[in-house]
Amino acid sequence: MRLAYPFSAIVGQDEMKLALLISAADPGIGGVMVFGDRGTGKSTAVRALAALLPKLDAFRGCPFHCDPKADRALCGADCPARAGGDQVEQIPTPVVDMPLGATEDRVVGALDLERALTRGEKRFEPGLLARAHRGFLYIDEVNLLEDHLVDLLLDVAASGENVVEREGLSVRHPARFVLIGSGNPEEGELRPQLLDRFGLSVEVRTPSTLGDRVEVVRRRDAFDRDPAAFSANWAAADKAIGEQIVGARERVRVTEVSDAVLEAASRLCMAIGSDGLRGELTIVRAARALAALDGAETVSHDHIRRVAPMALRHRLRRNPLDEGGSTVRIERAVSELFGA
Amino acid sequence: MTVAAPESSVWEDAILAATLFAIDPAGLGGVAVRGGPAPPRDAWMSVLKARLAADAPVRRAPLHIEDDRLLGGLDLAASLAAGRPIAQRGVLAESDGGVVILPMAERMDDATAARLSSALDRGEIAVEREGLAERQAAHIGVVALDDGAEPDEHPPAALLERLAFRLDLSGLPARGVALDSAPEVAAVAQARARLPKVKPPPGEIIEALCATAQMLGVGSARAPILALRAARALAALDGRGVILAEDAALAARLVLGPRALHAPADSEAQSETPPESDPPPPDNPPDAQPPTDQQPLNETDLIIAAIQAALPEDLLASLKPDNGGRARPARARGEGAKAKLARRGRPVGTRPGARRSGDRLNLVETLRAATPWQKLRGGGLDSGRVQVRQEDFRIRRFVQRTESTTIFVVDASGSAAFQRLAEAKGAVELLLAKAYVTRTRVALIAFRGLDADILLPPTRSLTRAKRRLADLPGGGGTPLAAGIEIALRLALLERAADRAPLLVFLTDGRANIGRDGAPGRHAAETDALLVARLVRDSGIAAAYIDTSARPQPGGDRFALAMGAAYAPLPYLNAGAVQGVVDALRPGAR
Repeated sequence: MRLAYPFSAIVGQDEMKLALLISAADPGIGGVMVFGDRGTGKSTAVRALAALLPKLDAFRGCPFHCDPKADRALCGADCPARAGGDQVEQIPTPVVDMPLGATEDRVVGALDLERALTRGEKRFEPGLLARAHRGFLYIDEVNLLEDHLVDLLLDVAASGENVVEREGLSVRHPARFVLIGSGNPEEGELRPQLLDRFGLSVEVRTPSTLGDRVEVVRRRDAFDRDPAAFSANWAAADKAIGEQIVGARERVRVTEVSDAVLEAASRLCMAIGSDGLRGELTIVRAARALAALDGAETVSHDHIRRVAPMALRHRLRRNPLDEGGSTVRIERAVSELFGA
Repeated sequence: MTVAAPESSVWEDAILAATLFAIDPAGLGGVAVRGGPAPPRDAWMSVLKARLAADAPVRRAPLHIEDDRLLGGLDLAASLAAGRPIAQRGVLAESDGGVVILPMAERMDDATAARLSSALDRGEIAVEREGLAERQAAHIGVVALDDGAEPDEHPPAALLERLAFRLDLSGLPARGVALDSAPEVAAVAQARARLPKVKPPPGEIIEALCATAQMLGVGSARAPILALRAARALAALDGRGVILAEDAALAARLVLGPRALHAPADSEAQSETPPESDPPPPDNPPDAQPPTDQQPLNETDLIIAAIQAALPEDLLASLKPDNGGRARPARARGEGAKAKLARRGRPVGTRPGARRSGDRLNLVETLRAATPWQKLRGGGLDSGRVQVRQEDFRIRRFVQRTESTTIFVVDASGSAAFQRLAEAKGAVELLLAKAYVTRTRVALIAFRGLDADILLPPTRSLTRAKRRLADLPGGGGTPLAAGIEIALRLALLERAADRAPLLVFLTDGRANIGRDGAPGRHAAETDALLVARLVRDSGIAAAYIDTSARPQPGGDRFALAMGAAYAPLPYLNAGAVQGVVDALRPGAR
């Protein structure tokens, strides 16, 4: 396994990093869609995230790495963890990269051909969805993925369960993961239904200042020359972020949201005319996760303000003739409501 | 950079690029070589092959390579013989440590480009196919052979972005390219060994490369990174352990120069703060400023000056805002690209059913389907034979995308130009806003003055359309015939690429410029009618929106000649135009 570029060494791109941390702090928010030009470090950031996520407790040998504290009812009948002793091991949080060209049998899982042919056993061979359970599933270039796979992924991401009915198999297993997509708007638009399923969306751009650009190249060069030494230099910073996530996961359950803040979120959604209630739910959850990351006990207007663009940007009914774009509209509404 | 012999300079740069690429194929990503299968390209390829490491694999990946050969898959014969799945490596994994050659890269689809890009980014490929889950090393470099004849034909941008060098050999004479102008093969091998020992680059070099990239409007962070790697390879080639300013200058010319040339339209935002094209020679009198922080600044400036001196002279001039701020109009593609694209679509899973001729069986899925029944069918596993019945057959399914392209052909002449263009632009954006749903591409052609231009090549991206259409020129004569002709050519090209074209004309039909560019109402009219009949003969669907303030009797003559639907719309608006288009496109709702 190649060393990933350290998360904390990514220059700028604060909104993307924040969105990833928020979705790590509260996986229920519903994933992140990252839009951006080429060469802005989209994939780098997601792969870097894997390195700093906390370890998970899981049954040893369970193909779905089920959580010993929950999930047991969902785990399949042939789970070795159920059959044998309840041994628990620590595993890294899975971050599964869905490669382009992946076939459906590998995504959802299929009959284990080797077992079936050699031993006549009917056994389910779990796919990528099983591997991503309790972790992240990353799809680079979402707009290039086949439609039928996209539909399938969205369905599983929403229901948290993968149901396989093929080749005489009837299997269902838990598959709760945070879906992270990336894409380049220059290569085609995304379906609105697909966009809406992502909790947060961020736009990344090339760093605009020369200083930032120089820093990007300098760090990348240092990493290429000696990945191990470079990563060691950033290990402390990465560790701090990892602890921040762990802490936030604890705190997020008890972080309080006052009625005033809830009302502010609703007013904001009404002001910009976002469709449906998903926007309001997302903005409140994201603000709570952000407060937890900040170590705050209650959610403030400032938290709402900071997450508003990423929670709402992709939920506005678009007027293609409006040059300004969604971000500008949201920022305008935010500053009207909360004062600049 | 000798002005007297440009060919030799192009060739020398090409050889240098081949040499650097041979030193560090995976680091530099690759080379895009433009110019058809002519002697210069063959000569260049043999130069490259001679310089690559002796044990470096060189593989060719044909244009329409399928995933099982590109990424790898199940080796069926071996798997059946062994009774367990045996993986077969794909071209990318086979080329680990070497080079993949991509012929006709300008016709490559985005999906293949994305697979290559992922391998280039990560140095490995992840295979999740047909029951296999593997990671395989794939440290590769890529040579993309670009046979594109027209300025707008390019390999996919996502791929080009990751290749350090872009060469254009199309202008070189067929004979007389000097082969021995480059360092010895042994020197390349030494440089390769020395490469890891080159010291970290000084900060000024990085700053200078970044500043130059910014000045040229090159947005991606990959460009200066690739330039830096090229500079390192240059230092190693020269037998040095440190990167000097001259390395950076040469690398900038090779890596950053062609990128600026290729993307002037995309660089508007950056070129707002225009380049200081005259590099300040250490300007401020040294005693006026504290010398301490003057020193490093000057260092960077000096390197930038060296880089600028190394760039082609016309490059900076062409990027200045006063030299036409608008996007360079794209020309129509010529007849050169007529080759029929045999698109079978992308595979989308399988379906059960009997196999008819031409169908392709998915053997893995077929075996899977057969396996649960083996016991019932008797024998099966014990007899060492798998019994496959017809109902087990799984046929590979492909989608032939029913994509379409709507081509707006807009009269940009005279006084009504501004409104017509604005509404056409609105209609383009309205269509693109739902392009994903309707799977439609949109293009825009404007005719005015003496000629017609493709202002927006077929695209599905709203972002791109907005950039290209930000500033539309108007005014002048009405070369209707030229407009129809270019539209027809583009439509035929789209049809050749399996996308159904629809032409939408917005004009008042007052043609006054002939096909030869000469003024004269009568000749212009005759020419336009003639070309219009060609549209009908080709069977391409068309709509003709008459924008005259008061539609005249006989205003529909061009529409009739083209076999087009006729709609007089004296009060143009984008919504009405879109309505006409939707009426013609059943899929577009």
